[in-house]
Amino acid sequence: MSQQTVNAPFPGVFYRRPAPDKPAFVNEGQKVEAGTVIGLIEVMKQFFELKTETAGTIMAFQVEDETVVEAGESLATLEVM
Amino acid sequence: MVRRLLIVNRGEIALRVVRAARELSIFSIVAHSEADTESLAVQQADAAVCIGPAQATKSYLNIAAILQAAKDVDADAVHPGYGFLSESPAFARAVKDAGLVFVGPDPSVIERMGDKAMARQTAIEAGVPVVPGSHSAVSDLDEALAVAEDVGYPLLIKAAAGGGGRGIRVAKNAEMLREELPMAQAEARSAFGDDRVYLERFIERARHIEVQILGVGKTAIHLYERECSLQRRRQKVFEECPSPALNEIVRDALCQSAVALAEYVDYLGAGTIEYLFDDITEEFFFIEMNTRIQVEHPVTEAVTGVDLVREMLRLARGESLRFTQKEIACRGWAVEMRINAEDPERDFFPSPGQVKRLIWPAGPGVRIDSGLYEGYRMPPFYDSLVAKLIIWDECRESALNRAGRALDEFILEGFETTANLHRRLVDDPEVRQAAVDTGFLERWLEGGFSSSHVPTVSEKEAAS
Repeated sequence: MSQQTVNAPFPGVFYRRPAPDKPAFVNEGQKVEAGTVIGLIEVMKQFFELKTETAGTIMAFQVEDETVVEAGESLATLEVM
Repeated sequence: MVRRLLIVNRGEIALRVVRAARELSIFSIVAHSEADTESLAVQQADAAVCIGPAQATKSYLNIAAILQAAKDVDADAVHPGYGFLSESPAFARAVKDAGLVFVGPDPSVIERMGDKAMARQTAIEAGVPVVPGSHSAVSDLDEALAVAEDVGYPLLIKAAAGGGGRGIRVAKNAEMLREELPMAQAEARSAFGDDRVYLERFIERARHIEVQILGVGKTAIHLYERECSLQRRRQKVFEECPSPALNEIVRDALCQSAVALAEYVDYLGAGTIEYLFDDITEEFFFIEMNTRIQVEHPVTEAVTGVDLVREMLRLARGESLRFTQKEIACRGWAVEMRINAEDPERDFFPSPGQVKRLIWPAGPGVRIDSGLYEGYRMPPFYDSLVAKLIIWDECRESALNRAGRALDEFILEGFETTANLHRRLVDDPEVRQAAVDTGFLERWLEGGFSSSHVPTVSEKEAAS
């Protein structure tokens, strides 16, 4: 088992849910497949999906919902089986 | 009175309002987010006040924070710019209730024209043509077929609860309507939980043409039309004034209809009435009214010589219209190119960054509205519009030539922009002939804009 971080590919605002009144894409402790959407990044009014590169378990989110993030900033840790 | 003006916006439009205020000896105060502390508008204004964090919901859309700021800086008027809260009746009402002047029409007018159904009804009452369609939702096929006889084919079947282009089907004839109607209803039911559908005439090749008006109560004047048919994802990219598609008779009818609507609702200030124009039948149809200043207002200023933002401020402080309709002339031709921080080579991916090098075009007929300067770091939180290049010349052909010349002079290093896209558009034979409609730009882009190579600045230098 190894841990990976999911980083912000560009600066923007990170969202953990598809809309303010919707549940989070994934929760801490949840198993994910490669390509699972774990959040959105909004940059200049456009939204981009943030996906996992490998299967694993989301151990923790380093940033809260609706946080301003820099490019390369670590957003979540993924434990890879 | 308007002596201390709070400008609740950012970017080029905040700077635009600061300039107009300065020329009228009005003290300007820019309300900005934490991300916009270094903006040119903040630097140029007489004063500035921070209204909250970077995210617009916590600053530019935060009515309570804005009203508190207005009180703190002792403002007596508020200019909302465009976007953000500019068309929020709740905001306009809150500003008025706080005893301040809202630079715009009455909140009830914003509300009335901001609601699609109410705006359409108002247009009909004012005698302005609207896109032919069913007056209410159609319930069954027989009713749909009867309505279709009046509306005419091709028509759109639109989900009542849809929006932003979703839940729309096209029927080219009665046979297609028989097939598509049940499907549209089923789709609407599953997508929106509401199976009501409307029928509306489908204008296959429509132009977007809009009329600028200034109004004070029962009196309004028009400042001719703008054509904004070049759009991508319903966002305007390139605008011009006047429209190359209208003859004098149609132009007059169009502009008169806009005046009639403005007068019908007792409009105050600057506003724009947007239409779809059917090239083949030369019919125009009301789409909506924007109760604020628009991004593309400078093309109108270029051909009429009227400073629209200054006039807005004068009207807001209770002055009467300073022009009669006869005094408004349309001279020459103007185009506006929106320079966005997006990379057209990468499907318009947002491209925020820091300005490393900047040389603006200049010379006759060139106007730049922009908040950029060397060293400026563009925040990633807001709209990607970073500059507007406005070109005036005596006729359309020379304006397009001049636009090409200006774009060749423009140098911006630090991030990608849509300037290259405009450089190619102004030379495109169909753009030259004005043979465009609202679908033109997306077809043009699909046709391989990104596959052809555009030389970079360094390549141009290396070649010379």
